[in-house]
Amino acid sequence: MACENKELLLRAYFDGELDVVRSIEFEEHLKTCPQCGRELHEQQVMRDSLQAANLYERAPEALRAKVRAAIPGEAPPQPIPIGRRPVLEWLAVAAAILIAVFLGAKVLPSTGGKTQNLMAEEIAASHIRSMQAGHLLDVESTDQHTVKPWFAGKLDFAPPVVDLATQGFPLVGGRLDYIDHRNVAALVYQRQKHFINVFIWPEEVKDAKLPEMQTMQGYNLLFWSHGGMVFCAASDLNVTELRQLAELLER
Amino acid sequence: MRDENRAPGQAGGFEEVVLPHLDAAYNLARWLVGKPQDAEDMVQEAYLRAFKFFGGYQGGDARSWVLKIVRNTSYSFLEKIRPAELAEEFDEEVHQAVVEQPGAEAALLQSADRRMLREALDELPVHFREVIVLRELEGMTYKEIAEVKGVPIGTVMSSLARARTQLRERLIRLRAEEEQGGLRK
Repeated sequence: MACENKELLLRAYFDGELDVVRSIEFEEHLKTCPQCGRELHEQQVMRDSLQAANLYERAPEALRAKVRAAIPGEAPPQPIPIGRRPVLEWLAVAAAILIAVFLGAKVLPSTGGKTQNLMAEEIAASHIRSMQAGHLLDVESTDQHTVKPWFAGKLDFAPPVVDLATQGFPLVGGRLDYIDHRNVAALVYQRQKHFINVFIWPEEVKDAKLPEMQTMQGYNLLFWSHGGMVFCAASDLNVTELRQLAELLER
Repeated sequence: MRDENRAPGQAGGFEEVVLPHLDAAYNLARWLVGKPQDAEDMVQEAYLRAFKFFGGYQGGDARSWVLKIVRNTSYSFLEKIRPAELAEEFDEEVHQAVVEQPGAEAALLQSADRRMLREALDELPVHFREVIVLRELEGMTYKEIAEVKGVPIGTVMSSLARARTQLRERLIRLRAEEEQGGLRK
């Protein structure tokens, strides 16, 4: 239990729902309150266990196919006379176009300063796309001396490339990807049956304390910065092992 | 593989906006209704409904919008086949966990394995299970969860707090039971 009056604050702090000012205030309080510290630690332990347990249930491929087939717009074009097309279908089409225009207008102008959440969504989407057959690797090699030069002509920065096979994270290759309106390097590591995409791009982070862990659509994203670059490891691997990888990459 | 075969003017917007959330839809349905086959049915029905109502979707967070439909579909299904489950909603009886030593709880929680977590989460009343799934597995914010559930943010906060307390107690109980079982052998 948190100490008196602080329970709401503690929960909101734990869930990242406090603004900066109140977060700092609460962190000040934490320094002098072992009771709240203990409660926060227990909550964190439970969150870590939930995440380590891989409880997320992904849609079976067969369901994906069924849903696609069932969406009227996805069926082979049917010869319905124009006048008799279901009104809803037309509405859906019209709405789709409006939304596409709306989204396009809303997302595109925001350069660089994308909020963490939008960026996390983009990274999760990239990770998911890379897991589809044939999308994971542009250059397949476990040799860092092959992967590193491969990036040379394609990016205006040189991502650090190291093989970590002896530490249990073999490098399987690399890929060019596109996050937040810029080309980024994606290094692909493997841990047993899990693949990890490590996205890397140059960015000076003034206040080196980036938001660290984020869960997005059941994938764990771990952000950190090191040597003028920002890293984000995305995977269904558990947080503990992702942190291990991050530590290895920082060396 | 994605859009090449699509004739112009067809519901490509739907495909781009709604289909990417299929995993999220299935995960929520699976945790709400339980059986994989039922969950698949929920998702299929929800996606048909989503297609039908797509005209009413006004932009905003597509994942919340899809999950709201999945949730409503799943609740209607539960009402029909297991009404008692929805009624067990607010069991206010909070048992204080009987762990005296500070820090001992954390140690107990830390030793909970995957099977135990799954069981404890499964045992939670559906309203509580739902908020844990949306917050901890789906990584949604309070605001997004409120949208999915159609309740104020304050309600999300209090359900989440109660859900966590119950989950913690169940875990500790399961862990204790296991230890006792181990002693008897």
